[in-house]
Amino acid sequence: MKSKRNFGVIAHIDHGKSTLADRLIQRAGVVEERRFQDQFLDTMDIERERGITIKSNTVTLPYVAPDGRKYELNLLDTPGHVDFSYEVSRAMASCEGVLLLVDAAQGVEAQTVANLYLAMEHDLEIVPVINKIDLPAADPESVALQIDQELGLDGDDVVLCSAKKGQGIEDVLQAIVERIPPPSGYLSAPLTALIFDAHYDPYRGVIIAVRVFDGVLRPAERILFMQSDAEHKVEEVGRFRPDRQSCDALFAGDVGYIVAGIKTVAQVRVGDTITHRDQPAEQAVPGFVEARPVVFSSVYPVAADEYPDLAEALEKYELNDAALVYEKDSSVALGLGFRCGFLGLLHLEIFQERMEREFDQSLVMTAPSVRYEFTLNNGDELVVDNPHYFPDPAQIQEVREPFIKATLLFPDRHMGAVTKLCLERRGTGTRYDYPTPGRIEYTAELPLAEVIYDFYDKLKSVTRGYGSFDYEFLEYRAADVVKMDILVNGDPVDALSLIVHREKARARALHICNKLKDELPRQQFKVAIQGAIGGKIIARSTLNALRKDVTAKCYGGDISRKRKLLDRQARGKKRMKMVGNIAIPQQAFVAVLKTDDG
Amino acid sequence: MASGSSPEGPGLYVHVPFCVSRCAYCAFRSQTDLALREAYLRALAREAQLRSAAWTGFDTVYIGGGTPSALGLAGLERLVGALQPLDLVPAAQWTVEANPDDVDVELLGGLRALGVARLSLGAQSFDEGALRFLGRRHDAAAARRAAERARQAGFEELSLDLIYGLPGQRLQAWEADLRAALALEPSHISAYELTVEPGTALAARVQRGAAQLPDDERLRRLHLHGVELLEARGWLHYEVSSYARGPLQRSRHNRKYWRHVPYLGLGPAAHSFDGRCRWWNRDDIGAYARELAAGHLPVQDSERLDAAALRLERLALGFRCAEGVALEDLGEGVLAAVEQGLLVLRDGRARPTREGLLVADGLALRFA
Repeated sequence: MKSKRNFGVIAHIDHGKSTLADRLIQRAGVVEERRFQDQFLDTMDIERERGITIKSNTVTLPYVAPDGRKYELNLLDTPGHVDFSYEVSRAMASCEGVLLLVDAAQGVEAQTVANLYLAMEHDLEIVPVINKIDLPAADPESVALQIDQELGLDGDDVVLCSAKKGQGIEDVLQAIVERIPPPSGYLSAPLTALIFDAHYDPYRGVIIAVRVFDGVLRPAERILFMQSDAEHKVEEVGRFRPDRQSCDALFAGDVGYIVAGIKTVAQVRVGDTITHRDQPAEQAVPGFVEARPVVFSSVYPVAADEYPDLAEALEKYELNDAALVYEKDSSVALGLGFRCGFLGLLHLEIFQERMEREFDQSLVMTAPSVRYEFTLNNGDELVVDNPHYFPDPAQIQEVREPFIKATLLFPDRHMGAVTKLCLERRGTGTRYDYPTPGRIEYTAELPLAEVIYDFYDKLKSVTRGYGSFDYEFLEYRAADVVKMDILVNGDPVDALSLIVHREKARARALHICNKLKDELPRQQFKVAIQGAIGGKIIARSTLNALRKDVTAKCYGGDISRKRKLLDRQARGKKRMKMVGNIAIPQQAFVAVLKTDDG
Repeated sequence: MASGSSPEGPGLYVHVPFCVSRCAYCAFRSQTDLALREAYLRALAREAQLRSAAWTGFDTVYIGGGTPSALGLAGLERLVGALQPLDLVPAAQWTVEANPDDVDVELLGGLRALGVARLSLGAQSFDEGALRFLGRRHDAAAARRAAERARQAGFEELSLDLIYGLPGQRLQAWEADLRAALALEPSHISAYELTVEPGTALAARVQRGAAQLPDDERLRRLHLHGVELLEARGWLHYEVSSYARGPLQRSRHNRKYWRHVPYLGLGPAAHSFDGRCRWWNRDDIGAYARELAAGHLPVQDSERLDAAALRLERLALGFRCAEGVALEDLGEGVLAAVEQGLLVLRDGRARPTREGLLVADGLALRFA
């Protein structure tokens, strides 16, 4: 056990986590050069394109230290986004230490701080690493000072490297073996293995990534999932090198995988503890939390007859995304679809992109909503995340909405703009601090609903890209929200209804009405586009009538051409959603979710 | 052939793919090189021969283009001769399109002698500036002269083509054109909105911003102004661009296109329809002539229309005409369109109103 090290890497997006992982993998020589590509652990196209890690990945790296000792280093590469912080926390629970990677030019960002606190909560050994020291704008001294003053770590213990150039990689490896403690545990104790990740393999079913704390796990053994109470028989155990390599057993201190004939990732909960059925551990690894969706949106196929395809695609998608929850939904305007719950906006975006790319689905998604709590006059309690189920306003005694504590880091010259943004978003309880000269750490309590609507884009824009943002759930607080409907030619378009704060309703309604006006094809009559609360119109735009569309000539040679054009238009129209007698194109549903500068 | 079962005979169209010069707005397949004339006329005779067995009882002949008059009288006489193998009813109405510049006494007399009773004159405008903009080779006086000569030569029917919707055109200017046309006492007027066809000199001018066309609202007002002016004088507005002094002066030939009556098209690029199938000829004169020289029909491609396609065409064409569409072709939504003032119901047909005619494409799409 003394020769093992389990560690993760904490970094803000773009600070070079994947590049550092690449170097460590190359240095260990576990991947043949011809197979190697950048961002090796990020296997999804979206991860490579966006330069982010969505799924956790693990690799076991052999390392021979200068003194000749042989080590086995387990790198647990984790998602770098707040939406996935629970998965990050489970990965951290599986480590004894982390590398805290900071960009030598950018310095510490909010995301870094949030994950650092997470690491501290897990009592992990933290090794600060300043990356990108080769950049012309690199300022390792002031970043080291920042790490010292802002994060309270020892700035003198910083390791310098350039993952891109391969500088300092040996120093990083030595710091790992010297400073991160080896795992502790008892081989003879009952088995406890923490599930920190799971993914779906079409040939083997679910591959469960585990950290064994105590005991030994072997193939053919009967295991028990302590939270879900499910029993399985182990088919195979092994290590990630980085391809799966089976072995005879996983021992206390090891990181590896289990195959147990499980069909969907939904059956495997990250954070659950595996033990032996016949000789169970008394206590599970602490910290299990059920993943809870916080952002909800309905998903519809572009064409109503593609609903079965969408249902099938969702089933396949779900195999590999345990955090997604969904149930059937239906809309007058959009037909049959699904109400989906996501961990956050990024999760939602990733879902949308993967459904389109990997599953070839063209989707219409409704405006994201948070989950509201209602107390009715008769004392009933109600939880609503879908405008469709908004209760009769006359029956509502109180509504509560989720609040978050947001932490923002940005250069102090943007203080005014950020303050304004937070006020606009109904922020309260703001506090700020100067952790280092020129930088502001700003905290505010914000309604989650205000954050899921383009907050991050706005923050990036007012801070010229220098602002970073992280949040944690705070509590539910009383809120004055209403259900706003959008009417086209007097008919409500149910898929465009929103639950929105009363003060924000008019502006949002006007925005949607104007966007719709630009997107709807003109009709042979004037069409009113209105926003309404209950029966009261609060915003309006008018789509002027198309009063002339006819072409001058149509003789023998023009007829086929004309028919083909009409036929194409008619088929396009069939793919549109009919509201009353108006066909609404898919782009209209997409466009209303866009902000003006987005 | 479908023609046998129809109470109305099929129409015969002959495309003359020659022009002396090319107009700025025209995308029609035409050749300014008259040298190909001989090959064309020979090929046309072969084509008529090959088609003669399957088609009978033509009751309209329409010689269009291009510029048929560019063939000259001798050329037109040979063209008419080439049609000899085809079975025409004795009362068939012959129309020939002519350019005002080509219309001299000899040509007109010759056409009359050939049995042509209807002349379609490409006047386009009586405004010199407009004619130059359109790239026409004649002036306003030529159009007046041509109309006068046509009447003297004894043409029973005279149709004038006009174009409106020129850059900056005002209602008064359009009205002046219409009045000038009416002064020549035609039996028929075709008033076309100027359309920009890709690949034309006009399209290039519009693209580089040298010409700015009126917007839809302005075009609509120009159109309605013409409708009001002509209808006030008792004219029939029987199709989007077509006006007739009375029911008998409507274009018998053109109405076949709009009512799915079969027609045979001869000549390069000409389209034919037999009630179920539509086909069209090779548009290159050389290729057209070579096919026929080899004894083949010069068909470029064809399509067979199923019931849905036929219905879609009935909608697309019907709403362009005063007669409208038979109610059995329409589903729900008719009453809404009536309420919106776009259709009126009469004799089992939904007929477009003045406003409805202007959105004929949208109406067709609504019921498609």
